[in-house]
Amino acid sequence: MSANPRPQHAEQGYLARAATARAPHVRQREDLAGVLRHVLVALAPCLLVGLYNTGYQANLALAQLGLGTTTGWRGSLLNTFGVGFDAGSTLDCVLLGAAYFVPLFAVSALTGAACERAFALLRDRRPSPGLAVTVTLFSLSLPPTLPVWQAALGIAFGVVVGREVFGGTGKNFLNPALVGLVFVYFAYPLAFKGAGVWTAVDGFTGATALGAAALGGMGAVEATGVTWLESFLGLVPGSFGETSTLACLVGGAYLVLRRIASWRILVGATLGLVGTLFLLQLAQGPAPSATQVPWFWHLTLGSFAFGVTFMATDPVSAAQTNAGRWIYGFLIGFLVIVIRLQSPVHPEGVMLAILLGNVFAPLIDYAVVRRDIRRRKRRHG
Amino acid sequence: MNTDSTRTLTRPVFDENPIALQVLGVCSALAVTKTLATALVMCLALTAVLTASNTAISAIRKLVPRSIRLIVQITIIASLVIVADQFLRAFAWELSKELSVFVGLIVTNCIVLGRAETFAMNNSVGASALDGLGNGLGYSVILIAVGSVRELLGAGALLGYQLLPLASEDGWFQPIALMRSPPSAFFIIGGLIWLLRTWKTSQVEESETDVLVPPTPARSES
Repeated sequence: MSANPRPQHAEQGYLARAATARAPHVRQREDLAGVLRHVLVALAPCLLVGLYNTGYQANLALAQLGLGTTTGWRGSLLNTFGVGFDAGSTLDCVLLGAAYFVPLFAVSALTGAACERAFALLRDRRPSPGLAVTVTLFSLSLPPTLPVWQAALGIAFGVVVGREVFGGTGKNFLNPALVGLVFVYFAYPLAFKGAGVWTAVDGFTGATALGAAALGGMGAVEATGVTWLESFLGLVPGSFGETSTLACLVGGAYLVLRRIASWRILVGATLGLVGTLFLLQLAQGPAPSATQVPWFWHLTLGSFAFGVTFMATDPVSAAQTNAGRWIYGFLIGFLVIVIRLQSPVHPEGVMLAILLGNVFAPLIDYAVVRRDIRRRKRRHG
Repeated sequence: MNTDSTRTLTRPVFDENPIALQVLGVCSALAVTKTLATALVMCLALTAVLTASNTAISAIRKLVPRSIRLIVQITIIASLVIVADQFLRAFAWELSKELSVFVGLIVTNCIVLGRAETFAMNNSVGASALDGLGNGLGYSVILIAVGSVRELLGAGALLGYQLLPLASEDGWFQPIALMRSPPSAFFIIGGLIWLLRTWKTSQVEESETDVLVPPTPARSES
């Protein structure tokens, strides 16, 4: 211990009260920055599928509209380099997707970094780590058609109100990426609503399966022509990173194996979603509604897989006790279904459900700890 | 006016602001601040009721038995609120419709009963009137600030005059829908409290947790 009197996490602004002189020592191979790097690795599959799928959906829509190229600066840029607009070409799709994702990501990253920097200067501290993860999660959740200045406002709100005012990474009680996302969602609702925003082509309206389900139940989902496999693989319109359940499963498995994400939260949320859906299906009427959509569809629709895998498991804002993680996960799954199916205003409830879960997490932990104390008192007292 | 009276009048505006420091009356600060006009009317109504109730309650403070003082205070406040509500209905019908129940709910506003109970019951009529007026001003400062921000960012206007040309009418400004819903006032009031406590550092509360933060770590170690 004496060889390294300043543990690595001291760099992040926190110090242990004292270095222990003899065993047992608390050891942690990874510092916070290392943990955050693993989250970025886990997000890679979502990013790659997202880039491809955004371009793929756009190229399909262009072909359907009979256009040979996309418009605006993206069209000029891609034409200059001789990039085609063929939905069958992986490279074409990835490049077109990148033309939509990179500006949003770059503006979010710059704005977020400027906010972090300003707080670091004001407080005479180093910028708190975690910005890269926040910005990546945030920009992967955006609809491809969002104007970049709205993304900048969102990430600034997320970083400042979601994290910095509470003292930086580790002290935030909400996930900052979600705070930014919800700000954009409520500030500019039109950017998230309707069938025109999820495909990166001006004037093209392609309903998402979730939007169709809300309007006309399972029949409407089938009418969009989307198969369950496409929905699972992520070849459907949607925000950049959220469409592919498979990519989220791969990233989630990596995080669970690295012991960063809690499998209890993931399983709890899935059980919460399926259980609540079954209950509502028992009580449903004959009219077509999203309630009729079977559970394996609901798991792949919208941002459930992405949100639960990468946002609900955020170790800072999630519940910290094992029993608490079950309850917290279950609560999120329950709320997703309740908001999705019972709210006439919000077709998707994942981000609101996770934020509510974040708010309840400390209370859940408190109750679990009190229960443990009572139980031990009974046993030994 | 001597300095004591001046202090009674001005202290509640920034030093002991009823909303920003005592965190009272927040409900109406969320509900009526969608536009600056409704916020202004609410400020006038509350300031009038608060000043009058403080004066009246202070005037009879020695005649009221302790055991029934709350009933007497509430009766006086409720009568004044009804007068204010009827006055608005008579002379500002459109605005009173927008304010709906919130003028009537002044009777449950913690600031009014709080000042009656803590100040008017123990001080002279003149001081109580000034205290009521001062607290009304403190409430108004916050409401006007919140109402201005919300109307400007939520509709690009102030008092109905379009200051920022809307994108829907060939301008450039896209209104922030969040500002039209009441919860946005939480953020704005939070920001105002932040500003106020940066200015008046004596209002900063002591930290409830003690996280050890090293004093400015050396850059070379990164």
